[in-house]
Amino acid sequence: MVPILFLGFAGLLIATALMVVLHKNPVTSALFLVLAFVSLAGIYLLLHAEFLGMVQILVYAGAIMVLFLFVIMYLNLQHDVERGLAIAVRRGIGWALGALLLLAGGTLLSRGWALGPVQPPVADPAGGNAAAIGQTLYSKYLFPFEITSILLLVAMVGAIVIAKGHSAAPPDSKEGA
Amino acid sequence: MIPLSWLIALSAILFVIGVVGVLVRRNAIVIFMSIELMLNAANLAFVAFARHMNSLDGQIFVFFVMTVAAAEVAIGLAIIVNVFRLRETILVDEINLLKG
Repeated sequence: MVPILFLGFAGLLIATALMVVLHKNPVTSALFLVLAFVSLAGIYLLLHAEFLGMVQILVYAGAIMVLFLFVIMYLNLQHDVERGLAIAVRRGIGWALGALLLLAGGTLLSRGWALGPVQPPVADPAGGNAAAIGQTLYSKYLFPFEITSILLLVAMVGAIVIAKGHSAAPPDSKEGA
Repeated sequence: MIPLSWLIALSAILFVIGVVGVLVRRNAIVIFMSIELMLNAANLAFVAFARHMNSLDGQIFVFFVMTVAAAEVAIGLAIIVNVFRLRETILVDEINLLKG
C-alpha cells in the first residue's frame, strides 16, 4: 500500500513541478506549486514525518504561496511573451544543462555509495512525531532555534524597509507622497 | 517501507526541474518558485536520510530550511516589487540596473 501511495504522490509531484516550470501564466504556475507542495507533504507523511508534513502544508502551501499570489496579483502580470531565436536558444541550453545535471547525478548515485545499515525501526513514541521533534528542538538545537528567530526578525524588518520604497520624506513635509 | 534510492532519485529529479526552471524562465517570480522547488528537493533528501538513519536530526534541519526559505521569499518578493516599481518589468534579462 505504501509504495503505491508513494508512486502516486511522486508522479503527482513531478508532473506538477514540470507544470510550474512549463506554464506560461505565473498564477497557474503558483497554483501548480501549491499542488506540488501538498504532494510532497503526502510523501513526508508516508515517511513518518507527520509534523513536517503538516508544517509543509501550513508554511509552504499556506503562507509562502499566499505571498507569491499576492505579489503576482499586485504586479498585474501578463502572460510571458517568449518568442524569438535568442530565447529559444537559451531555453534549449537550459534543458540540455538540466539533462546533463540529471545524468551526472544518476551516474554518481548508481555507483556504490557506502551508507550505514538501516537502523531497526523503533516504535513511534506515544506523543507522536511532534512531541519528539519538540524535545529535540528545545534541548539539542535550542541555540540554532533562537538564531532562527533573529533571522526572521531581520527578514521582517528588511522586507518592510525594502518594500516601503522611496517615500523617505520627513513626516512633516506635505510633498512626500 | 519505501526504498531509499527511490527517494533520492525523486529528490534529484525535483532538483533538476528547479534548475531547469531557473535557467529557462525569464519571469523573476517563476524563477523564485523554481528555487523553492530546489529547496524542497533538499528537504526531501533530508527527510529520506533521517528515516533511513532513524534519527530526528534530519527533520530538525528541514524545519530550519523552511524558516530560511520563508525569510528568503519575503525579502526576495519585496525586492521584486521594488524593481517592478522602478522598471515596470520583472523579466530578468531586462533588469540591468547594475550594468555600467
